[in-house]
Amino acid sequence: MHPVFLTILKRLGLGVLTLLVVSMVIFSAVEMLPGDFTEAVLGQRATVETVAAFRKELGLDQPAILRYLDWLGSVCTGDLGTSFSGRDASGIDRSRPVTELIAPRLTNTLFLATFTAIIAVPLSLILGLLTALYRNTIFDRSTNITTLTAISFPEFFVAYTLILFLASLFQIFPSLSNVDENTLFFERVYMTALPAITLTLVTVAHMLRMTRAAIINLLASSYIEMATLKGTTKLNIILRHALPNAWAPIATVVAFNLAYMVVGVVVVEVVFVYPGIGQLMVDAVTSRDIPVVQGCALIFACTYIFLNLTADIIGIVTNPRLLHPR
Amino acid sequence: MRNKKNNKVLLEMKDIKIEGFADEKWHKIIKGISLTLSRGQVMGLIGESGAGKSTLGLAAMGFTRPGCKFTGGKVVFDGKNLTDMPENQRREYWGTRITYIAQSAAAAFNPAHQLIHQVIESTVRSKQKNKRDAQNDAVSLFESLQLPNSSEIGNRFPHQVSGGQLQRVMTAMAMSPRPDLIVFDEPTTALDVTTQVEVLAAMREVVKTFNTAAIYITHDLSVVAQMADTIKVLRFGEEIEEAETRKMLKSPKQEYTKTLWSVRSIQKPEIKSKNIILEMSGIDAFYGNFHVLKNVNIKLSYGRTLAIVGESGSGKSTMARVITGLLAPRNGSVKFKDKVLPAKLKNRTKDQLQKIQMIYQMADVAMNPKQTVFDIIGRPASFFTGITGKKLENRVIELLNQIDLDESFIDRYPSELSGGQKQRVCIARALAAKPEVIICDEVTSALDQIVQEGILKLLLRLQNDLNLSYIFITHDIATVKAISDEVVVMNEGEVVEQGLKSKIFSPPHPDYTKLLLSSVPEMDPDWLTNLLKKRA
Repeated sequence: MHPVFLTILKRLGLGVLTLLVVSMVIFSAVEMLPGDFTEAVLGQRATVETVAAFRKELGLDQPAILRYLDWLGSVCTGDLGTSFSGRDASGIDRSRPVTELIAPRLTNTLFLATFTAIIAVPLSLILGLLTALYRNTIFDRSTNITTLTAISFPEFFVAYTLILFLASLFQIFPSLSNVDENTLFFERVYMTALPAITLTLVTVAHMLRMTRAAIINLLASSYIEMATLKGTTKLNIILRHALPNAWAPIATVVAFNLAYMVVGVVVVEVVFVYPGIGQLMVDAVTSRDIPVVQGCALIFACTYIFLNLTADIIGIVTNPRLLHPR
Repeated sequence: MRNKKNNKVLLEMKDIKIEGFADEKWHKIIKGISLTLSRGQVMGLIGESGAGKSTLGLAAMGFTRPGCKFTGGKVVFDGKNLTDMPENQRREYWGTRITYIAQSAAAAFNPAHQLIHQVIESTVRSKQKNKRDAQNDAVSLFESLQLPNSSEIGNRFPHQVSGGQLQRVMTAMAMSPRPDLIVFDEPTTALDVTTQVEVLAAMREVVKTFNTAAIYITHDLSVVAQMADTIKVLRFGEEIEEAETRKMLKSPKQEYTKTLWSVRSIQKPEIKSKNIILEMSGIDAFYGNFHVLKNVNIKLSYGRTLAIVGESGSGKSTMARVITGLLAPRNGSVKFKDKVLPAKLKNRTKDQLQKIQMIYQMADVAMNPKQTVFDIIGRPASFFTGITGKKLENRVIELLNQIDLDESFIDRYPSELSGGQKQRVCIARALAAKPEVIICDEVTSALDQIVQEGILKLLLRLQNDLNLSYIFITHDIATVKAISDEVVVMNEGEVVEQGLKSKIFSPPHPDYTKLLLSSVPEMDPDWLTNLLKKRA
């Protein structure tokens, strides 16, 4: 078997292990949250007996370790448990499975992230290459200043500025992105344009500058001088000789920003009233809906680990020393 | 013959001046050098580091490194002024009519692409040949450069090929577009001597076959003697003299040239000795599963120099790491004055550490750039001998005097010292501990010949004054001849032979020693030709 497969398998194994550790951290962190769901829900009626009965019904009377194993077991079968909310002391149970709550929200978040990525990643790679090619020119400096300015403002400020100009003064896009499952694809693209542009503005600088730095770093290499002395044009030097050796750092920073687009967008969701997973988690924390919090946290962890793993694997397969051992 | 007179001028460089930007100002690197090269002629450029050899070689292509610029003169190649034309026109000459061969082939090949694509890149781009023809031609070039598996080696990546082979692949790359001129920039400096012979022979052969003109840059006179028709000597960006090779070797005109010639002149007489101060017995050492040292036994006598000579990867530096305790051997022991030293560094006493000190190859990186000379030398002096205050200062000054530097150096930082001065400070740092054994690991390899001579003389004087014993690790046979009493020849982790200098350098030799000694280039311009005849 090719040794690279073995390396990748090892990475995958490590990824699963990391996920397991993260699940423990999530569980114990939630465990340490102050306050108690039952007391919060029962409010005035929280006598010792009602609380105990309610806790028993929710399984909260079991020892933590048992609840963890129980939770882990059902997570492995794709069952994230049942939301606490929708129940109360009256005994009427309107609660829904966590997966059912999360699924539509996650779809929305992934849609926005994909949409943003389709704009932001090619844009920052191309700008990164161009600024490396024409470094220290006016083009390079103005690109850098613009993107750095964009990343320096808080997200909500960028979002409201966009609303002011693109939704209010010039009514090009809607200022609200409250899509639902009946929204058609093109409608959806139109409605999420502003949040996607906001996210693009706050992520491009990071990816662009990393691409630029990775390429410029390589331009000092001997083999680049050799390529120059072989009469290769500047553009070909960047594309053929520098870029193939720069994928690893670029993949890492792209993965980092993609992860951010999935897990770090709650502010943007709030501003544009976009029903994403970030808002769901914040609401769940407020109401101490532990199964939903855990479910969201686990999905965020998966996203991070999966994207970083992908970046790692790209780093491995673009390294000829690993791909073609002696 | 190569020196057939073909008077058509190919390259004419007139009064070239180049400046480079460093430390906030422009410095003159080339101060007005002219050079004329006919078709098929090979010219050697020789000089010490900083002489401007590489800069001048690249200038022949109309190219200056980033941060450098032409400030005067012109480069006329085949009737066209390269310095006048815009870069995109100049680029059409590069890689097609003028090609370049760099010092380190390992760094000059792009790690991401297979060799064949890099070899034929400019030939195909300039539409001289289509891809298939260029590939076939490259394979036949590989063959004539005597590369193994010539039809297959092009499919490999740079890291899969050895240094000597890569250098030959680079020669094929330079030859692929059949250029009129090749610039060789120290192409064999990074290679072991035994490999160097093959590469030199291969390069000379192709240059001759295709009647290509060449500029051959090196600091090694005996190498350039094999390659060049004429030799130009440079110093500090100026031309010292130029002459036909044999004439130059026989009767150099300028004083400076003569000093370049006479550098290998130290010849310390060997002294026999029976009292052993340090002994390695039955050492087996590993890096992971890689067996680096195989049953190594060596002895060092009191007040003597033991030279350990071998090529890269022979395990020389690993021996230093075992003796100092940096690497614990799997088997065997190191004895100092008949007492076994603990294998691991952390188990050794302060006294044991004090008695064995080390000097490294790269003085640059062996010193903390943020410390002054006083800190660098003073720290081991106070750590091992416990002195402080005024006494310490006097001791540091005394040490500086021992290495021929005056006390004004005490507040300098490493960046304010020349290469030779840096190595002297490293020597003083080793002396500060009052050691009995000093391990010198390639201490002169990074230095110019004249500076090397000074360091070697200093080491010999210190040995006399302080009765030091040296283990002197080197790959350079001339250095071994200069300073050793006894010699150990290493190859692939094994001791090939050991004994007094006179015994090692006189026949009969084991096969490896024979190969090693015969591969060291000599000043004779016929040396390579004769050697190849003998080996064939």
